[in-house]
Amino acid sequence: MAERTLMKGNEALAEAALRAGCKCFFGYPITPQTEISAYLSKRMPKVGGVFLQAESEVAAINMVYGCAGSGIRCMTSSSSPGISLKSEGISYIAGADLPCVIIDVMRGGPGLGGIQPSQADYWQVTRGLGHGDYHCLVLAPASVQEMADTVTKAFDLADEYRMPAVVLADGLLGQMMEPVEFDDAEIKMSTAENKPWAANGHGNKRKHNIINSLYLQANELEQTVVDRFKRYDDLKAKHTMAEASDCDDADIVVVAYGSTARIAKSAVDAARKKGIKAGMFRPITLWPFPEKEINAAVKNAKKVLTVEMSMGQMIEDVKLAINCSKPVEFFGRTGGVIPSPAEILAKIEEMEGTK
Amino acid sequence: MNFSKMNIITGHYGSGKTNFAVNLALDIAKSGRQCTIVDLDIVNPYFRTADFADLFAKNNITLKVPKYANSNLDIPALNFDINSIISNSEYVILDVGGDDAGATALGRYAPAISKLDDVQMLYVVNRFRYLTRQPEEALELMRDIEAAAALRCTGIVNNSNLGLATTIEDVESSVDYAKRIAELAGLPLVCNTIKRDLSTHGLENPYEVDIYVKTIWND
Repeated sequence: MAERTLMKGNEALAEAALRAGCKCFFGYPITPQTEISAYLSKRMPKVGGVFLQAESEVAAINMVYGCAGSGIRCMTSSSSPGISLKSEGISYIAGADLPCVIIDVMRGGPGLGGIQPSQADYWQVTRGLGHGDYHCLVLAPASVQEMADTVTKAFDLADEYRMPAVVLADGLLGQMMEPVEFDDAEIKMSTAENKPWAANGHGNKRKHNIINSLYLQANELEQTVVDRFKRYDDLKAKHTMAEASDCDDADIVVVAYGSTARIAKSAVDAARKKGIKAGMFRPITLWPFPEKEINAAVKNAKKVLTVEMSMGQMIEDVKLAINCSKPVEFFGRTGGVIPSPAEILAKIEEMEGTK
Repeated sequence: MNFSKMNIITGHYGSGKTNFAVNLALDIAKSGRQCTIVDLDIVNPYFRTADFADLFAKNNITLKVPKYANSNLDIPALNFDINSIISNSEYVILDVGGDDAGATALGRYAPAISKLDDVQMLYVVNRFRYLTRQPEEALELMRDIEAAAALRCTGIVNNSNLGLATTIEDVESSVDYAKRIAELAGLPLVCNTIKRDLSTHGLENPYEVDIYVKTIWND
């Protein structure tokens, strides 16, 4: 393996995209994810890729739409308000069954909100990210190394299922630095090879391909959507991801994702030291939500605690996934305020009845 | 570590400028001198000098931060007059933002700084940072920073680290890298930083530092 380097989360996301063969990046700067653009503006020209700063988020996502239609791996990135602007384009991309990767490094909202970290866009990204009947694959890494690994996974699954994949990070993950390791493989830009649907020039050798999300007949649109949902079912069956620790004998299972999971894990470890049987469950795929995995993790638990940097959004999926079979409580901070391990520990102790 | 009256800390994003600057400020204060630290970072939204206001207050160090630092506003406004800071403090540390983008803010104060007698402008390097792995790349960035700042660096600080995972071997393996940068730049290698709890046995020219810039969880 290659030597470890120290990278910001945003830089690792960018470098990982290159290594996954992402040839084109279309972006527009916004804090706290601007390092992705800054990094790729330096790196892309050196490896034969395209870096383009668009005139707006709306332009950037529509460039992704066009590029994805040609079968080339491409990506855009933004933070919360910018993702809202991209949502129309994302719906079109989903409606045309095109693969791409979208990075969302969340900040406080709603509105312009603020530039400090947040997880208040869980509903936004897991509920489609635009109008119409569709899903985006949503992956939520919790370390700089996992951010890098997740980008590769996102490109692979986006291609396999022909759908947009979102890598959901937050400002804390984007800005923090940790050691990360990439393998030594040479960077190879993607092509439209193995993508028979790509509109990349038929050369009079095959029927032309059409990239479109408009269907003139309702029946035809219904059938297209139904077929798409069969692919979602396959994705759900094969590709949910989560991490569980100390859950087998846990009375209280704490559920958190992204950077909040790192903080919550500190609280769970502190609770164990105090003799409280606490466990930790971290969803990595937020859509599809890891239903089987969470049910296994909470099997012996008396209570579940969901911790988020929001007023409580993922908690709905937690309750749905376990069919409200256990009481699910919530602790969160929002607006750019980061919960502390001590606050989470106090909540665990309150639930345990020791405080 | 020698202190000048004016200490300017520059370097690549993530080279560890802020952690170095915080240590320097505490050491200046410990030596009984009056010190002001200025957060001149107009690039980085989080993990910055302004985070350590309590630590500085406890150690009688004056902290100057941009008006909107650590707020929810992304406005890189610098609302201080460098001449008044210099005249009000015995020793000054300027913690500059990363790369040439960050050094642009320093350029605004270059006319005032270039009139001072006792100035050191340190270029902090970290062998483990991705885009400055080669001494030549680190030198190129230093030249970009000097151009943006309209000031010349006077020394190299080897702050090579992998965050909390840094080992003594990591630091030792970076010394030749730092020496090469110093040689290419024609500048002295001022020190090799080392986390205080790691053995410094055999490490030449060590500067012991504590880690202040870190996340709120323990892995």
